[in-house]
Amino acid sequence: MKRFIGFIKKEFYHIFRDTRSLFILFGMPIAQILLFGFAITNEINNVDIAVFDKSNDATTQEIVQKISASNYFSIKQNITNEAEIETVFQKGKVLAVLVFEKDFKKNLTKDNAAKVHVITDATDPNTANSITNYISAIIGSYQKEMNKNSTLEYQIETKSRMVYNPELKSVFMFVPGVMTIILMLVSAMMTSISITREKELGTMEILLVSPLKPFQVIVGKVIPYIFLSIINAVVIVILSLFIFKMPVQGSLFLLALESVLFIITSLSLGILISTVSATQQTAMMISLMGLMLPTILLSGFIFPVSSMPLPLQVISNIIPAKWFILILKGIMLKGVGLAFIWKETLILFGMTLFFIALSVKKYKIRLE
Amino acid sequence: MNTWRSSNASTQNKKMKNNNVIEVENLTKKFGDFTAVNSITFEVKKGEIFGFLGANGAGKTTAIKMLIGISKPTSGKAQVAGFNVFTHPEGLKKNIGYMSQKFALYDDLTVKENITFFGGIYGLSRAKIKEKRSELVEELSLEDIVNELVGSLPLGWKQKISFSVALLHEPKIVFLDEPTGGVDPITRRQFWEMIYKASNSGTTIFVTTHYMDEAEYCDRVSIMVDGKIEALDTPKKLKEHYKADNMNEVFLKLARGPSPALPEGKGANN
Repeated sequence: MKRFIGFIKKEFYHIFRDTRSLFILFGMPIAQILLFGFAITNEINNVDIAVFDKSNDATTQEIVQKISASNYFSIKQNITNEAEIETVFQKGKVLAVLVFEKDFKKNLTKDNAAKVHVITDATDPNTANSITNYISAIIGSYQKEMNKNSTLEYQIETKSRMVYNPELKSVFMFVPGVMTIILMLVSAMMTSISITREKELGTMEILLVSPLKPFQVIVGKVIPYIFLSIINAVVIVILSLFIFKMPVQGSLFLLALESVLFIITSLSLGILISTVSATQQTAMMISLMGLMLPTILLSGFIFPVSSMPLPLQVISNIIPAKWFILILKGIMLKGVGLAFIWKETLILFGMTLFFIALSVKKYKIRLE
Repeated sequence: MNTWRSSNASTQNKKMKNNNVIEVENLTKKFGDFTAVNSITFEVKKGEIFGFLGANGAGKTTAIKMLIGISKPTSGKAQVAGFNVFTHPEGLKKNIGYMSQKFALYDDLTVKENITFFGGIYGLSRAKIKEKRSELVEELSLEDIVNELVGSLPLGWKQKISFSVALLHEPKIVFLDEPTGGVDPITRRQFWEMIYKASNSGTTIFVTTHYMDEAEYCDRVSIMVDGKIEALDTPKKLKEHYKADNMNEVFLKLARGPSPALPEGKGANN
């Protein structure tokens, strides 16, 4: 046991004396959570739009006013001819142009139908989509007001309620994902690098010749990262609680347990990577390409798994992050207990055992 | 095989009698079709400085790795410090020291921290480590650098400290894998003085080297060619046998492959 403490102490010296690993350990999580929280957002806020009002009557003016009063949009420019639409888009000044047809009010009152054209810059499809939806919604509510007095027959009204994230804050979606990525990065990448470093420097050989057993060496190297990952998880939860008002509806204790489970999953992946890579560079490349990319792309963190093509949906099942994100969303947003996430937990647990078994096997082969 | 596997105490007694601390018999290591170590047999006596020579790729490092228990042989037997290296690696590990070609200390730890760490993993008590450390500091006059990071020290220092660290737990045998690579002649000289000192106090030294002048310092040397031990004797006898002026010539004659003029010219082509 005393040997072990000495070993862990040495591991902390390594970590605290290397500014690069310190940065990855403590700078990255905070930077990432703030970046994802503030900068990367699906929400619409003060989007610049232009208006091409061919009719310029009381109704169109009211609509434009409603739109500009909404906080979602600000009217940047009024356009006076068809050709200018292309130009404003190309200059990148606005993301949408609102075109009212000629005699808007007259058509509305006479034919009961008037046309407004929403043209969006779809180089960013998500934003274009949101802009169209928001503008339609604003016009729709204006129309409702107009029809307040007249009763229409056969009207179907859609009422929607968004549960678990009623304000549709994108940060609620990002926090579980970012937490997953950071724990993965710290646990898997840092451990695989730190183990391969010993191999590269030749100290691993010395450790293996010593009375320490191979598994003691590995566990000794991994324990400091478990500890640091837990600190990271706590920092992330605190940041999201206080800066982004992200709720934790479920049990904090369960959240902590599940996080430790995922940390161990990632560590076992890190150990596995270190058994197949001879240099720190290789370990880093494998961690980044083999773990980070699939984790970001296929885990459902940014792109919903349900809209992926079937082969990718199948592949996403073998990505540990997918299950952890489901667990995190369940606990933090839905407030569910273990009864609802036992399946995901069991899958993570199974994966961990598998990775550890595989590492032990690979490790033995290496010693042959 | 059976006697070797019997209890450690009795085997150890038996070994004490004939004074061999290393006994290797037909030790072989194959990687697929390639035979890295081809049925080598030799003994090393207590307190001996045993030179283990060979060109790059001759199989020295593979052989050493088997003797220190981090590589499993394909066949053959090896008894080191009274322990069968395959069946009792734990006992073996407490009784051997190892210094690799890379002088593997931790660059980002100070000299003191390195000593404490390596003493610690060999299970030395805190008091013992402290005692050993002050001994070491005095012996190598490390007073000024004991709190420096090892990474900032010249290679010669790293090498000496690395050797002392390998001796911290007072092993019966210390394995040195090309310990003098890349250091200057004066430091090499000093290093060999340290080796002699350890040898005089009863530690067996098993050393591989490229430098043939160093081979002259050994009590006995073996020369490996293509995985086989082609010659094994004292430097003096080898020189006589091969009618050479120095070990360099002996080595060249052997390493260039079997020549019909030499009585010992066999093996590599078999």
